[in-house]
Amino acid sequence: MLELRAITKRFGEVLANDHIDIKVEPGTIHAIVGENGAGKSTAMRIAYGFYTADSGEILVDGEPRQIQTPHDAIRLGIGMVHQHFMLVDTMTVAENIVLGAEPGSAAAIDLAKASEEIRALSNEFRLSVDPHALVHDLSVGQQQRVELLKALYRHARLLILDEPTAVLTPQEVEEFFAILRRMREQGKTVIIITHKLSEVLAISDDVTVMRDGRVVGRVKTAETGAAELARMMVGRDVLLRVEKPDAKPGETVLSVQRLSVSVAGGERGLRDVSFEVRAGEIVGVAGVEGNGQTELIEALAGLVPPARAGGEVLFRGRDITKANARDRYEMGIAHVPEDRHRRGLLLDFDLSENSILGLHYRKPAVSAGPLLDLRGIRARAQEIIRDFDVRPANPDLPARALSGGNQQKLIIGREFGLNPKLLLISQPTRGVDIGAIEFIHRKLVELRDEGCAILLVSAELEEVTSLADRLLVIYHGRIVGEVDPKRATQEEIGLLMTGGGKANAE
Amino acid sequence: MNNIFNVGLLLSAMRLATPLLLAALGGLFSERSGVINIALEGLMLAGAFTAAAVTWYAGSPWVGLASAVLAGAAIAGIHALACIRYRADQVVSGTAINILLTGVPALLSGAFFLSTGSTPQVPKEQLMPYTPIVIAAVLVPLTYYVLYYTPFGLRLRAVGENPEAADAAGVSVNGMRYAAVLISGALAGIGGAYLSIGQSSLFTRNMSAGRGFIALAALIFGKWRPVQTMLACLLFGFTEAVAIQLQGVHLFGGEEIPTQFVQIIPYVLTIVVLAGFIGTSRAPRALGIAYQKEK
Repeated sequence: MLELRAITKRFGEVLANDHIDIKVEPGTIHAIVGENGAGKSTAMRIAYGFYTADSGEILVDGEPRQIQTPHDAIRLGIGMVHQHFMLVDTMTVAENIVLGAEPGSAAAIDLAKASEEIRALSNEFRLSVDPHALVHDLSVGQQQRVELLKALYRHARLLILDEPTAVLTPQEVEEFFAILRRMREQGKTVIIITHKLSEVLAISDDVTVMRDGRVVGRVKTAETGAAELARMMVGRDVLLRVEKPDAKPGETVLSVQRLSVSVAGGERGLRDVSFEVRAGEIVGVAGVEGNGQTELIEALAGLVPPARAGGEVLFRGRDITKANARDRYEMGIAHVPEDRHRRGLLLDFDLSENSILGLHYRKPAVSAGPLLDLRGIRARAQEIIRDFDVRPANPDLPARALSGGNQQKLIIGREFGLNPKLLLISQPTRGVDIGAIEFIHRKLVELRDEGCAILLVSAELEEVTSLADRLLVIYHGRIVGEVDPKRATQEEIGLLMTGGGKANAE
Repeated sequence: MNNIFNVGLLLSAMRLATPLLLAALGGLFSERSGVINIALEGLMLAGAFTAAAVTWYAGSPWVGLASAVLAGAAIAGIHALACIRYRADQVVSGTAINILLTGVPALLSGAFFLSTGSTPQVPKEQLMPYTPIVIAAVLVPLTYYVLYYTPFGLRLRAVGENPEAADAAGVSVNGMRYAAVLISGALAGIGGAYLSIGQSSLFTRNMSAGRGFIALAALIFGKWRPVQTMLACLLFGFTEAVAIQLQGVHLFGGEEIPTQFVQIIPYVLTIVVLAGFIGTSRAPRALGIAYQKEK
């Protein structure tokens, strides 16, 4: 169906794709796996005409083709669903689907016909959405269906899906896989880009593995396993599961009583949340993104104006409900934010400067007088770089020049350096490659064993279940359950995450 | 004092709103596609000068109007090239065009008519006092229809909101933006033509007197939507009409209101409106950002 031959693509200094060969058989589901930055998305964006290759050949149905723009790809029957949805959220579902391929004449779009065709496709593939709804009113799962319909509407025979499950709950993933199987039955070909090995094994027929811009292997899914795939991806043996001794929780460090956070618009936010975190334990918060996790962490970090928050927060017995971010920092509450670009780093500042963000007023940033101690700052940065294996190891580089994983290691190094009593950490391994994930997980467990209390929020269910000693599930701004992560199954947790648990209990 | 609000005032408001509306609708196309068009002022001047000069030579306002359309589009083409192809800062490019057009007409006028101040007077029977009003009135529903019922409009809105999405859907982002900016130049050109061969009978230096900017304000006030933009233009036209009527009016004490105060009314209103309402107005999301495919 689709074949890439010796595709090479360079972005400035970086060789993103180095003589890539990928061959996808018609009527199969083909997984492309690799760490972040391995070049998976680049290769597929070339196939879809978003990028043009520097050299190499693309064959569709055995014939060499020029794909310069997405328009060319669409004409050849290739559709792509991007990791960040390509939808205009101020327009309706129907408008988004027909955009660029409008039925009717140049003088008038035939919207009735469009709705008709969309309905027919929805029925055929069981992708129900309301064609007249505005996209920004839809859930991410629904938006994804719109993206699939968009490709099907253009008569795509090959669908390229870039990290499609990242935004879905376990139940939605199951439904989504059922849709993919249905498509395969109807003769469609599917390419799925992912880094989740369990999903690769569950859904694909063939796997192509990429590392550092090269294809390092191609196997039949039936003939491989998670360990082998991980080894191919990283280039060495990897511990897939966190190994940690049982927690030995000490005194209560954080006590949250009926904490609420209001949000403009009302619906979401945080409602009456109460829990405790003790020294030497990791409390995980699982939930679909946007269910109050952000508000929870920001409220605890002192980033929510007191006027918007209600309830009580006690830190080592002391009421800190009204304390500001710096006060909390001084008390020993460290914060690794979910969005490192927005809250964690100044991308255009160098690593030295970033290593003292939030500490700029005290040692080692200032040693005496009003001036910054540049040498002290540099030494601090070098310490973090060494202890947390930040690469490239150059404190003068801007943070922007680092990969996501290395940026994250810098932030974690900075925050751990406070010797915190309480660590608030959100999405610690988002956009971080497997090797670095393993490292970060190990560091978290080490910090726990030193007696730090850790509150961990993650959208990756596997991550929270394997790291947390206790697991809270959050849904619509409420804690809807606490489970033992060692015993609970993914299904049980998934059900709670979508509000199903409560209904069953009542 | 009682007599200033009458039918004449309303007609005058419509006349004064026309150039604003033409330019604002032009701006609507450009900005809906994601290209800031602060050059409306300059584009109007290009249209105004070209219309007056060509009409004087050709003896036909239709030829003059057509030339104004072409002149507006040509100057807008410079803006488009700078902003789209070379990804220049859109505000800087627009400002440069505005500055350029304060000088170029005077230069050409000096070369052709031996007067840098104004072009020769066009005879009364060759003026076009009503047609542009009709054009502007027709353009409002037409723009509405094009924007919401045609493939062109759908693509235009998509390109201005989320160019990546439009590109992924097979729409040529830059192609749409070129078309939109050229249309904006053509419409602003008509607006300018109306100033010189409609409301007046010759081109004088800087005769647009900030109307391009007021049109831009009306566009923002009208939330980048055709009907609301028209209402905003009528409001601005109305204040201008009132300002004209108030000139020479005596206060109760017998004092005359200084004309300077009267003349600033439309501009003050512009500032008040923008300061008061811009918060509730949402621009096309990709406005001002050049589209770049590869990071």
